[in-house]
Amino acid sequence: MLDNIKILWHQGKQFIPDVTNAKAPGIFRGRPVITKEKADETALVEICPTHAIAGNPVRIDLGKCTFCGECAIQFPNKISFTTDYKLSTNERERLVIAEGDENPILVNPARVRKEIYRLFGHSFKLRQVSAGGDGSCEWELNAANNVQFDMSRFGIDFVASPRHADGIVITGPITANMAQALEICYQAVPDPKIIILAGTDAISGGIFADSPALDRSFLSKYQIDLYIPGNPVHPLTFINGVLSLVRKQK
Amino acid sequence: MQYISIHNNQSIALKDIPEHLYPAFMKTNIELLNDNPARHCVNYFGYRDADGIRLICCIADDDLHQIMVSSAVISSGTDLASLTAQNHHFEKFEREIHENFGILYSDHPWLKPVRYAHNRTDKKEKIENYPFYQAESEELHEVGVGPIHAGVIEPGHFRFICNGEQIMHLEIQLGYQHRGIEQLFLQKKKLPERTTLAENIAGDTTVGHTTAFVNLWESLCGYEPDQFLKFSRTLALELERIAIHTGDLSAICADIAYQLGNAVYGRLRTPIINFMQEWGGNRLSKGLIRAGKINYPFSDDLAARLNAVLDAYEPDFTEMSEKLFKLPSALSRMEKTGVVSYEQVCGIGTVGMAARMSGLNRDIRLSHPHDLYGSFIVHSPVIKHHGDVYSRAQIRREEILQSIGYVRKLTAELPEFKKPENFTFLPGKELFVLSLVEGWRGEICHCAVTDQKGDLIVYKIKDPSHHNWMALAQAVRNNEISDFPICNKSFNLSYCGHDL
Repeated sequence: MLDNIKILWHQGKQFIPDVTNAKAPGIFRGRPVITKEKADETALVEICPTHAIAGNPVRIDLGKCTFCGECAIQFPNKISFTTDYKLSTNERERLVIAEGDENPILVNPARVRKEIYRLFGHSFKLRQVSAGGDGSCEWELNAANNVQFDMSRFGIDFVASPRHADGIVITGPITANMAQALEICYQAVPDPKIIILAGTDAISGGIFADSPALDRSFLSKYQIDLYIPGNPVHPLTFINGVLSLVRKQK
Repeated sequence: MQYISIHNNQSIALKDIPEHLYPAFMKTNIELLNDNPARHCVNYFGYRDADGIRLICCIADDDLHQIMVSSAVISSGTDLASLTAQNHHFEKFEREIHENFGILYSDHPWLKPVRYAHNRTDKKEKIENYPFYQAESEELHEVGVGPIHAGVIEPGHFRFICNGEQIMHLEIQLGYQHRGIEQLFLQKKKLPERTTLAENIAGDTTVGHTTAFVNLWESLCGYEPDQFLKFSRTLALELERIAIHTGDLSAICADIAYQLGNAVYGRLRTPIINFMQEWGGNRLSKGLIRAGKINYPFSDDLAARLNAVLDAYEPDFTEMSEKLFKLPSALSRMEKTGVVSYEQVCGIGTVGMAARMSGLNRDIRLSHPHDLYGSFIVHSPVIKHHGDVYSRAQIRREEILQSIGYVRKLTAELPEFKKPENFTFLPGKELFVLSLVEGWRGEICHCAVTDQKGDLIVYKIKDPSHHNWMALAQAVRNNEISDFPICNKSFNLSYCGHDL
């Protein structure tokens, strides 16, 4: 018993008191900023492995970006990644960062369905579906509920059964072999329900976008409530993203 | 000559691989493996060329540090005798050849689809109609789990046949994660694209798979990485091992309902992966390993930081482990649970921890060294003998401490960082290359073949999970079904690494 208390004592305080303002350690690659400086656009567009960069004028689509940072290494005067991990939005087009755009990425409250704040603001249960995810986003979603990030403090949890869930979180590019299971799972969630896409692979297919082994037809059938970019999604990105969807911003 | 002997990361001319008629090819490879636990099949695959379907088989000899490669040409739609009937190392490889090329093996004991690949021969076969093994009995019942599991993990289906609480048989059906990665390696021509693909083979083994890819690619293009690149890859591999092993110990504690261990190991993983973010900007090391360069060079400042992180990690880790590995209620759940014998692991041809847990000395860092292994780091594998959950947990505990030692040695004096000169990566023509890396889970094997223009025509990936899933299926036999989660967690195998 005393050993246990000693071990507990040695851990000190682990939880992050304010996950909405915590600093991401090190050189975390979050929201990019593109300057108006001249650069060889063809070369810039060419180096991106997932065609996330478009030219004339230069813009980066965070729904496609793998955050590898190659563009910022090769064109440091043109592109830099800030440590801003708040990348989530309910508008797909907001994930496209234009030249000179330094504004935070936000959820547009006008497009949040009106029952969401009232029903899910204080208790929000999610069923996660990995559909071709490489395990990294799943890993970070688990980390979002470890003793440091402690997402449960906001009443946000992952649950085992879709019957107990208020929505689903999809990771991975959605393989053809998982398409049916995903549909069945979604149908099992009671109404009203939410769909969240977590990670680049889920949002655009990422590096797998043109693979013949995918079946992304699910996404064209239903409305997507939240896009959370990342490769993988950082726990801080996830928690803040979900909070900005289910809680009215002051 | 029956075969050509090569070493890890050696490119050879495709025409130098001896070609046999199928019966002679079978005999050669079966005889190579006979009664020699130091040998196992690291890769066996087929591809279409002008002559038909070319099979290439790679048998590694851990004592001789050599890989023995041979080939045969067959035509599609033919009936063949299987290698599996004589040696189970080939079980899944032959199922894959059957699925992709329609080869019918007359005496394969388990000729079922592997992953329902998009380019399979028989498109009428659907994943929802997988032919499960069934036992007709009033006494027995079946339990189906998945593809979607209770937790936040990847999908796969487990079908148990139980007698009451006791598991008689487990069949693991995978394929849900199939993204067509091997085909995409051929389809996408640019190096950054292929590197990104390698990083996404299995997200928890980003460093392992990307290192296998860049080592292979550099060999194919005739590029010799300098000490600094080798150092960076070795260091990242060891840090990945520390991080994932720590997380696995946390998960094992969760499955025996030991809350303290779950929380402490869980939080101890964080400083390691946060350090990866300080080094390369990503907690799972995406963007770090690149062919011929490194975008985020390791510095003396980072070395000091890392040693401070480890100084804080080590006493807490040791204290927690001393408690866990003496706790009677934890030991009673781990000891003699999920046992796989030495004979079984040799028979399956398991790799990594799933070999070392049962007394089989198999570790690429020793047997087929790459990067700084075998020179700067002379590795001695952690071997256990009981093949149970306890052995698998012990290996993790000891390997973490061993890896910390390696990291400290590596960072004591950094090799000089030179900005790499501009090198154009052009693969050689008509080459074959094989790259082995010991990831935290075990042996990773990537193979590539180029055509007369130097274009990739085959990219073959083998994750350690390829063999090890069968070990899990064997481990749970005669255990209570309630012990399945802890057995599963103690292996922690990859779904996407298997499904590709």
